Amino acid sequence: MCLGIPGKVVEIRDSGPLKMALVDFGGVRKEACLEYVPETEIGDYVIIHVGFAISRVDEEEALRTLELLQMIDELALEQELGAMPDEPAVGDAGDAGGGGAAAGATA
Amino acid sequence: MKYVDEYRDGAIARKLIDEIHRITTRPWSLMEVCGGQTHTLVKQGIDEALPSGVRMIHGPGCPVCVTPLEQIDKALVIAARPDVTFTSYGDMLRVPGSTTDLLALKARGADVRIVYSPLDAVRIAAANPDRQVVFFAIGFETTAPANAMAVYQAARLGLRNFSVLVSHVLVPPAMEAILTSPTNQVQAFLAAGHVCAVMGWTEYEPIAAKYRVPIVVTGFEPLDLLEGILMAIRQLESGRAEVENQYARAVKREGNRQAQETVFRVFEPGDRTWRGIGMIPSSGYHLRPEYAAFDAESRFDVGTIHTAEHPACIAGEILQGTKTPLDCTAYGVLCTPQKPLGAPMVSSEGVCSAYHAAGRGIAAPTAFPLFDFSAAAVREAVGAKEADR
Repeated sequence: MCLGIPGKVVEIRDSGPLKMALVDFGGVRKEACLEYVPETEIGDYVIIHVGFAISRVDEEEALRTLELLQMIDELALEQELGAMPDEPAVGDAGDAGGGGAAAGATA
Repeated sequence: MKYVDEYRDGAIARKLIDEIHRITTRPWSLMEVCGGQTHTLVKQGIDEALPSGVRMIHGPGCPVCVTPLEQIDKALVIAARPDVTFTSYGDMLRVPGSTTDLLALKARGADVRIVYSPLDAVRIAAANPDRQVVFFAIGFETTAPANAMAVYQAARLGLRNFSVLVSHVLVPPAMEAILTSPTNQVQAFLAAGHVCAVMGWTEYEPIAAKYRVPIVVTGFEPLDLLEGILMAIRQLESGRAEVENQYARAVKREGNRQAQETVFRVFEPGDRTWRGIGMIPSSGYHLRPEYAAFDAESRFDVGTIHTAEHPACIAGEILQGTKTPLDCTAYGVLCTPQKPLGAPMVSSEGVCSAYHAAGRGIAAPTAFPLFDFSAAAVREAVGAKEADR
């Protein structure tokens, strides 16, 4: 019951007392209330719980998490090898290191 | 589906599991708070893929499971009234009360209806002024904004035939109750992502500091859970105890301010009894005095309630994480999803239902749960096939 599902806002209906939307969940469309995420626009993804949008999905954060997850083994390898500043791959290592710090700081 | 499928990638899951194995040097016990997370862990077998000493303890975050028996019995008394249309989220209908459940009442003619959103209950009240429409307002912080909005809208519309039976519970007091229990084994928490989408995580910061326990706000997909576990173990291994956010795509530190505003306009914190656990101070919401007119408990005289749990059910210990369904003698035998003895076997977020759906500890396959796998039934079915030939 606490389950929330991400869906795409395909229509906004704000003629009634509450700001409502039609939300598409992979082909299934349902009405949901947007009162708690009033800044939502058509095309945005929102997390719907019992007919209410409780959060707007942050695309940048979503991509960042996925990128970090994809290179988790590389980060691990780097940690094991330790920093090697003279290696030609320093640019990549720097980026990855930054990502590693952000892994804690996705917090 | 976007934001779902990409967090179920098997290759990345493998990498995360490898990394968890690589960094783990000691046994650790982690608790996932939310029942939705429990279902993903058990269904995907994530808990079994962890290093042997790392144990996932399943938390009490199943709203249906912790709604006290007394509230369910009150719901049953109110729903049985001929003037009442009783509305509820679907998974509440089969939760056993002391003597019956809402679904059985419905079968006997009571006007019990499942609603998807609490606003549907308000609509039913507006369309049926001659009926008393009652909504069973249960849930954690995630559900509170929706339930609060229903009451707020009913007040705005001046609906005199709408009321709510409130049984709202809160996560942080339950976490503290677990941490202060003399039998506590939890060393880190995966906090429930959607509770935090509403409330943020500032409430968890003092808990992490006071009890020296890492808390990672975690999402619900397999990769979310694996990353949450990895982040929690990283903290444990390095001796840190902080609040971190794995579920950054949906959760901000301050949570959802608009939602909180409506929740606190309608509800105020107060003591709550949790089914199987007992009373936890300030662990729930009650209607504020301004909205007392919408309280179903005062609108209907429910009389004296004598509750009786099934003696074989150990849901309380399971909800507190001290036992698993496999420790229960009734599990899978006396207690099944078709004939549940306790709420954790009913709810889509209950631990017992998660174990049963994954076939854990039961001999018969459960892919077709409606089939009867008793020896007699199998013999009969085989015999019928032979006869067909």
